[in-house]
Amino acid sequence: MRRVVVTGIGTVNALAPDVPGTFAALAEGRCGIGPLTFRDADRLTVRIGGEVRDWPSEGRFDPARLPLYDRVTQYAIAAGAEAMAMAGLAPGLGNRGGVILGTAAGGIATWEEAYRAVLAEGKNRVSPLTVPRLMHNAPASHLSILHGLTGPVLSVSSACASANHAMGLALQQIRQGAADVMLTGGTEAMLCFGGVKAWEGLRILAPDACRPFSLGRKGLVIGDGAGVLVFEAEDHARARGAQILAEVAGFGMSADAGDIVAPDPEGAARAMRAAIEDAGLSPADIGYVNAHGTGTLLNDRSEATAIRAVFGDAPPPVSSTKSMHGHAIGATGALEAVACLFALTRGVLPPTMGFESPDPDCNLDVVPNAARPSDVTACLSNAFAFGGLNAVLAFART
Amino acid sequence: MTTRAEIEEAVIAILAQELLLPPGEISPDARIDDLGLDSLGKVEAIFALEERFGIAIPFNANEPDLPEFDFATVQQIVDGVERLIAQSAE
Repeated sequence: MRRVVVTGIGTVNALAPDVPGTFAALAEGRCGIGPLTFRDADRLTVRIGGEVRDWPSEGRFDPARLPLYDRVTQYAIAAGAEAMAMAGLAPGLGNRGGVILGTAAGGIATWEEAYRAVLAEGKNRVSPLTVPRLMHNAPASHLSILHGLTGPVLSVSSACASANHAMGLALQQIRQGAADVMLTGGTEAMLCFGGVKAWEGLRILAPDACRPFSLGRKGLVIGDGAGVLVFEAEDHARARGAQILAEVAGFGMSADAGDIVAPDPEGAARAMRAAIEDAGLSPADIGYVNAHGTGTLLNDRSEATAIRAVFGDAPPPVSSTKSMHGHAIGATGALEAVACLFALTRGVLPPTMGFESPDPDCNLDVVPNAARPSDVTACLSNAFAFGGLNAVLAFART
Repeated sequence: MTTRAEIEEAVIAILAQELLLPPGEISPDARIDDLGLDSLGKVEAIFALEERFGIAIPFNANEPDLPEFDFATVQQIVDGVERLIAQSAE
């Protein structure tokens, strides 16, 4: 079986529109969550989020193509360009290259704009580009077009686990020989009036801050952004002398087959164990877990129970970077993969910010409020979605 | 003016719909946890109460021990709805 490595990463998120800025924020423990600024935000009861700041679309993209790009696509294109530049791949991958991206809501702002026009404003037509803008596969397709990747290209949607499922499938494409290089990760742009309104109804959004695993946590905070990673067959990367950031060592997934929203620690534990086994590692090899850590009462309690079940009485340090970049839903696993790459390449564990005091139901070392040096050599990145879908990746130093 | 009896009747009707029970099987003294209402059923019931009475109920599922709106019993829900109706009339 071919080994798979990461040779490039790119991101746009609430912390920064690139990897260097995001790494700096993770090291400093800077929080990107702030007041929501989009149209009609004043009609929401929860008015904070991890918005991508200072994002003029003009100047970043080909003006002829920009009308085709919902923000969910814009973020993916920007992150993909950064990742491809870092990887230094020559053009011409053709059908040996592909794209698999996760997104939960696709072009939701485009849906909103169209409904606003015909339902609220009494218009009788919408933009002819509505469908190509809003379709879930638009970000993946535009990356394939821009980079000439004609192999396996598709989108994956599994709510908060979308990006991890996408990366798991990308890993499998390379392992089984269907491609040498895959652009993969996730993208999300749910911070619009309708997107947040829908979440409000579930009564699980925090009004003040995201405080994973802390007593006093009040729920999740939604974020926007994209993370795109270049997964490459190790032999392919070595043959061209590429810089290797880490190995994509393993992937595990499971389904709770229980409640549609409430998490089951048993399902989460099965996915973590599967990822560790797939990586050929044992729990003792894992030096860090980037938690799903949403900051809801139920997730954090369930995840802590699952981590204890997998790692026993001495679990590794665990942190939730959602406390800084917010919960980017279908992209969040990709942002957290970038955080794992930060940990492995810099030897620093990103912190759980906003932590106030330990919750006895979440008995973990959560790296509270300050980054910590560590010689971590392998880590897990957890994602546990509504619908009971769990997807866990293992990354390791090479 | 909505009477307390009308509010109680509506609360029981909404809970009954969520629980798939005849309203007569829900006692005015019932505790919500004893009725077996799950977390999604609870937020659906809150939504139905908001729509029925034109109020906004402050409730965050992550703070069950610090409820701004006490959802523990039928009577406490009625108390809360009555208070919010009065506030919205002010």
